[in-house]
Amino acid sequence: MNSIAGRHWLSALVLLCLVALGLGQAWAQDAGASEAASSDQGPALLSALAESSFRDKEAAIDAIAESGDERARRWLESFAEGKLARVKDSGAIVVVLENRGRNWPVADALTLEPAGEISRRELDRVSINNSLRGYLDSTLALIDLRVDDPAQRLAAARDLLGEVEAEAVDSLSELAAAESDPEVAATLEQAIAIARVEQGDVAAVEALSGSLNGQARAALMQASRSDDVALAEAAQAALAESEQALKLNRAAETLYFGLSLGSVLVLAAIGLAITFGVMGVINMAHGELIMLGAYTTWAMQQLLPGQPGLALLLAIPAGFLVAALVGVAIERGVIQFLKGRPLETLLATFGVSLILQQLVRTLISPLNRTVVTPEWMSGSLVINEALSLTLNRLYVLGFAILVFAALMLVMRRTRLGLEVRAVTQNRAMARSMGIRATRVDILTFALGSGVAGLAGVALSQLTNVGPNLGQNYIIDSFMVVVFGGVGNLWGTLVAGLSLGVINQVLEPWAGAVLAKILVLVFIILFIQKRPRGLFPQKGRAAEG
Amino acid sequence: MPSSRLWLARPFGERSTLIFLAVLGATMALVVAANLLLAPEHPLHVSTYTVTLLGKYLCYALLAVAVDLVWGYLGILSLGHGAFFALGGYAMGMYLMRQIGDRGVYGDPLLPDFMVFLDWDSLPWYWLGFDMAGFAFVMVLLAPGLLALVFGFLAFRSRVTGVYLSIITQALTFALMLAFFRNEMGFGGNNGLTDFKELLGFDLSADATRLGLFIASGVALALGFLLCRAIVVSKLGRVCVAVRDAESRTRFLGYRVERYQQFVFVVSAMLAGVAGALYVPQVGIINPSEFSPLFSIEVVVWVALGGRATLYGAVIGALAVNYAKSVFTGVMPEAWLFALGALFVLVTVLLPQGIAGLLSRSRQQGSDDDSDTQPDTPTDTLDATPREATP
Repeated sequence: MNSIAGRHWLSALVLLCLVALGLGQAWAQDAGASEAASSDQGPALLSALAESSFRDKEAAIDAIAESGDERARRWLESFAEGKLARVKDSGAIVVVLENRGRNWPVADALTLEPAGEISRRELDRVSINNSLRGYLDSTLALIDLRVDDPAQRLAAARDLLGEVEAEAVDSLSELAAAESDPEVAATLEQAIAIARVEQGDVAAVEALSGSLNGQARAALMQASRSDDVALAEAAQAALAESEQALKLNRAAETLYFGLSLGSVLVLAAIGLAITFGVMGVINMAHGELIMLGAYTTWAMQQLLPGQPGLALLLAIPAGFLVAALVGVAIERGVIQFLKGRPLETLLATFGVSLILQQLVRTLISPLNRTVVTPEWMSGSLVINEALSLTLNRLYVLGFAILVFAALMLVMRRTRLGLEVRAVTQNRAMARSMGIRATRVDILTFALGSGVAGLAGVALSQLTNVGPNLGQNYIIDSFMVVVFGGVGNLWGTLVAGLSLGVINQVLEPWAGAVLAKILVLVFIILFIQKRPRGLFPQKGRAAEG
Repeated sequence: MPSSRLWLARPFGERSTLIFLAVLGATMALVVAANLLLAPEHPLHVSTYTVTLLGKYLCYALLAVAVDLVWGYLGILSLGHGAFFALGGYAMGMYLMRQIGDRGVYGDPLLPDFMVFLDWDSLPWYWLGFDMAGFAFVMVLLAPGLLALVFGFLAFRSRVTGVYLSIITQALTFALMLAFFRNEMGFGGNNGLTDFKELLGFDLSADATRLGLFIASGVALALGFLLCRAIVVSKLGRVCVAVRDAESRTRFLGYRVERYQQFVFVVSAMLAGVAGALYVPQVGIINPSEFSPLFSIEVVVWVALGGRATLYGAVIGALAVNYAKSVFTGVMPEAWLFALGALFVLVTVLLPQGIAGLLSRSRQQGSDDDSDTQPDTPTDTLDATPREATP
């Protein structure tokens, strides 16, 4: 449900940008024209600021803010910091760059260029007091709200949330009404509503109902404790509403992380599901094949420095090939001699995994290698204030689904898939029908190992690439395969995703380690109930 | 079933058992004599350090015998026996921690140092009673035994066998490792239990105590070996071998297969617990790394190297691999994992009967040996569907 809402947001955003672009251009032309006409306004505006009494300075500030002068922001900022000064002799206004020592470096206020150093005694500071500072802050925000770039306006509007002074509400309302960008307008409305609620306006509570913003909720929280019964009740209702929305978003986030973890598990386990299903052997070196895939990514990035994205894309076929070749070597070198002895195969492949791990440690490094995340994969997709999805996880999720779909195609639509399924169901019968089981074994092993390599490529984007990478996934992978039911790809998918989600759901109240233990215990208990997994094979093949 | 006295005494009628016990006894007597009687300068003197090292090996050997009992005679490849070993070790470690009393770094009369460090104000309930040696020694047997009972009850009743069972045992020890790494568990977390002072009033750093522990380990190994032998040669043992070779057929003959599996599995777990309990005072520490799946699977390769389903082969394998490990890690540590990995591969591919297989083959050379005369030889038919060896 949330992802749909997210899509709406996205399309609205795109539309907005287009509209804002058009409006912005028109507005920019306007601003340019007014600036050209009032290029001489600067000295007058500044001297008004410098010379008037505290009471009149507000008017001077307003004049500067409304001038539309692009230097206005800098002037007011300097003024707020107390760094605006007047040279006693010439009466020119300067910006003090650094007020330390005897001679202060200054910049000309009109050109904003550095203008050498002036003795401290030559300068008269433009004075300011605290009430003016408060007034300046909101005025500066107003200036930011008038810039062309909608993104900048949005940032300014966000800064205003919870910071709006009572006096600024009216001018902000005018701005909000004139605002072309709906998102900026909405944010402004919210900022105004927060200010109104703080003043005890019951009507404004409605606008904050269901808001995910922390400032809005803080304002509501305060209002709910107010003496005004109507206000307190309305605020409480609104707070409950936003609590609900927040819970929903948190659930969506947990689901996303769970699916992400699950997709990693599926990637790691699916190759194992194939080899285990077809040959009935447990390849304990499967984790190390994943590790090799991750190291292939690293090697590709070393070969193509400065192009991490291209290297990552090339690593997909390369990782598949490397892992597949090593897998075939394991099958031919070890497993073929241990046909029909699954437990011995388990031990022998465990030995292979030790050797591969140590090989990487000796040849490359016992330390973790860094694999760069390309720019298009970093960052996150912001859905709303409480929910943003990290892009690399999104890509890995998509990649897992792609790999799964491709494997399904291979298994359902190709000759190899047919033969693999035949051998899985009944090796003796398949052989008597003319299927060369040894060839199927080799190809299956290559396929399963290659998928492990793909998992490694994906994992290199999420975790550290080190010699122990595979070890961390091997037990989890077996759990997924056993949970899902051997020789069943759908089972692996469902098992992997659900284990990922279960893990993430348990994590907040149990902690990461305990969640993992609970999942392991859950699987151990589950296997007792259904020894053949979620989706057991039917018929005589299941007797194995 | 014969009376228990006869039942336990039966292995003494076997030549191989007598040879094993004689060799073990003689070796231990020699080591003790070389340690006590020869001057430290003497080239044949065995230092106390070496005695402790050998004691450690003997504990490993007992663990290997326990694994061989379930793997060799019951066909259960347990990749989680390290968990039972470690549980026994923790039970002993808890007793030793309580013995420290107020001599810890923080000097708290009741709480072990790590609990003071974690700001705990009272002893967790499961630490109660461990100040009594008797209770702790019972727990050495009970803790692994109970875990094996519950686990076995769940697994064997629903007929989880073969590769599935192996993987689940591995998950079991992995889960326990993660659990014991947590500080909140109250077992010292990452650091485990260490800094022990004395056992039954004997100073653990004293040479005499170390020698005593070495002898105790040897006696425990001999007793454990005898017990396993007694089980193996009894009718119970015969049924176990039948379960190993053809589980379904045994069940069809009317045997309650899961009861046999359950019994032997629990006995094996308890033996592993005893091994762990003797191991801890000798190495002076117990931490969660003993639960690591790698350790458990290493134990299996000791058994595989020595020879499955012989029991004495497990002892040979444990001693050989651990001696090699000590040598390797001293000389070139990075090569050890290569060697261990190669050992896994070579033993399973080239030497399926292990060293014991080599020994019996050379002994029986010339004599017309029928495989029926060797009922202990495992024929691996763990999955019921027969598979072809070659295409």
